[in-house]
Amino acid sequence: MHKLQFGSESFPDELADEAIYVLRETAAQFERPTILFSGGKDSIVITHLAVMAFSPARIPFPLLHVDTGHNFPETLTYRDRMVADLGLDLIVRYVQDSISKGRVREETGKYASRNALQTVTLLDAIEELKFDACIGGARRDEEKARAKERIFSVRNEFGQWDSKNQRPELFNMLNGSIGPGENVRVFPISNWTELDVWNFIRSHNIAIPEIYFAHPRKVFDRDNLVWADSVFINKMPTEQPYETSVRFRTVGDMTCTAAVLSRATTLDDVIEEIRGAEISERGARIDDMRSEAAMEKRKQQGYF
Amino acid sequence: MDILRIATAGSVDDGKSTLIGRMLYETNSVPKDKLLAIEAASKRRGVNFLDLSLLTDGLIAEREQGITIDVAHVYFSTPKRKYIVADSPGHVEYTRNMVTGASTASVSIILIDARNGVVEQTRRHYAIAAMLRVPRVIICLNKMDLVDYDQTKFEAICAEFLLVAGKLRPSEQQLTFVPVSSLHGENITVNHGTMPWYNGPPLLTLLEEADAHVARLVPARMQVQHVIRPRTPELHDFRGYAGRISGGRLAVGDTIVALPANRQSTITQMQRFGVDVDLGEAGESVVLQLSDDIDISRGAMISRVAGAPVGSKELKATVCWMDHEALRQGSTYILQHGVARVRAKVTVLSNRLNVTTQNTEPDPGELKLNEIGAIQLRLSQPVFVDSYRDNSHNGAFILINENTHGTVGVGFVDSFVRMT
Repeated sequence: MHKLQFGSESFPDELADEAIYVLRETAAQFERPTILFSGGKDSIVITHLAVMAFSPARIPFPLLHVDTGHNFPETLTYRDRMVADLGLDLIVRYVQDSISKGRVREETGKYASRNALQTVTLLDAIEELKFDACIGGARRDEEKARAKERIFSVRNEFGQWDSKNQRPELFNMLNGSIGPGENVRVFPISNWTELDVWNFIRSHNIAIPEIYFAHPRKVFDRDNLVWADSVFINKMPTEQPYETSVRFRTVGDMTCTAAVLSRATTLDDVIEEIRGAEISERGARIDDMRSEAAMEKRKQQGYF
Repeated sequence: MDILRIATAGSVDDGKSTLIGRMLYETNSVPKDKLLAIEAASKRRGVNFLDLSLLTDGLIAEREQGITIDVAHVYFSTPKRKYIVADSPGHVEYTRNMVTGASTASVSIILIDARNGVVEQTRRHYAIAAMLRVPRVIICLNKMDLVDYDQTKFEAICAEFLLVAGKLRPSEQQLTFVPVSSLHGENITVNHGTMPWYNGPPLLTLLEEADAHVARLVPARMQVQHVIRPRTPELHDFRGYAGRISGGRLAVGDTIVALPANRQSTITQMQRFGVDVDLGEAGESVVLQLSDDIDISRGAMISRVAGAPVGSKELKATVCWMDHEALRQGSTYILQHGVARVRAKVTVLSNRLNVTTQNTEPDPGELKLNEIGAIQLRLSQPVFVDSYRDNSHNGAFILINENTHGTVGVGFVDSFVRMT
């Protein structure tokens, strides 16, 4: 079978040139930018691009982590080590504080998550710390709404995005002018795909949290997805945890991130797996995984 | 691996969605789950083939409902390169979106329905590709299956198109015609031989071979975005000039001139991605270190001494207006050329161009949203531009409204008065 060659040449370097250009424009056009750091691979890549953009000087702005309190412990360990290794400034704001202050109310029920609550904590942090540009790792290939995002995306005082009234972005000219109360979300890796992110991680030998690689974990099935078992999730009596080999394809907090069944323990394995999911000839692998999950679910329902 | 940026424009029914869908499908760029969903949807609609237009269905639905009209980005890749397609709607009220989509494109794909031949939209799409001097235009005569793969029909439409392109066509622009059937996958990625009279390559081969690096062929230009000064004990004297090379190439050892300071120096070191390199080329984000400590700040232009640009405070330009508030003679704006900003006053609005008919109307008084016209500008400070014709990578600018901060127009420098 014909196999594509992997290596540093399979990452288009021009994507990194573009992202670095955007990061330098952000530093130049705004007074108080910040990198929104989640511990996910996209924000890790952004941080490394920022290191490259300003090397040998330090990144001239801090990282902001909005901590839901429901993180994977591996993410926090990784975050603190990365901050120490790269000599970064990290600011943390806690969703728990927003809850304690009565700014937001904790969700209840089966799908309770702090994912939506973090928006309030973020907007409060923007106001408190007077950030005028928040750099994020969103990519246009992720979903339809993001496909229309600008690289410099203006938000009004209430943090809202007006998709119908966006600034045109011509050539590579970025207009970061804003009025009082407005701020900008900056998306340097808009034009990257998931595979580009992984190829960049591999070609630049960037460390990422362990949970991106296959590991044994207690999981349970819900809605045809594999959920990581944790104290933060309200499980139904029928949702019985079992141990299997999984990895995470995206990493948010523990209440909103599903795992995929996987045996990919190295970067090469992970990239191969993602290619498999994208190339239809090899799509059978995903099929297998899906039906395997479905089968296990049936099996469990059969048990109980 | 490099990147080829493509612009497409067109309406829902010219088969563009199917063409893009076909390309994604045949390059294996469609995730399995999406493909299964399309298979199911195709069956639901009672069609017995894979309806590939559904791959860009989100966009179509939006257009039918008349909500967000914009530029959408589609990504696919082959082992050779990554492709970014900027797809915009084709009607005259979306001229600004087409211009935006085409602004970064190395290739523009124009679709013609072989049953209808050259129509108004074809003229408009080509006029924009010509105005933006897109290096390569590929004209796909689609739905050849509906005209019995007829060679005579194909040749007649090609002749008609060449007549339209006539005087608009920039001399260096490559025009290529391909007869295709997106529905049946003829000449998209493979030539199946249904049109034995066509000896040329399929569309994808043309894209694989298109030059994505024409910007390397112009004289070297780099604007300084940011001056890097670590101010640490071990890097106390480090001064690095960070920027993205917009055209040509710069190498360690080159004698450069920095403008507007007009001081010469030599590149002693260069970094890209934080690593030392000897050479930087168009599109690359680098840091330059110079042999002399000269006054260079954000917006300064660095180029080789030979072929350096000249400052100008008087420009003649073609503009495409992008704001609901019209452009008027006498108005002032912020002009952004690359990363450099100056104030600009519109001293003359000389004509308005009908992009479809190519007729010009003198003294229009104002330029409304989506209109194209010729203006003259006087600037508060010099800019170091080239004419768009000579160097498109250093010959364009945007206009910004000082009150709303919005980007209200884009300009292409036709000529400029050199400062002496």
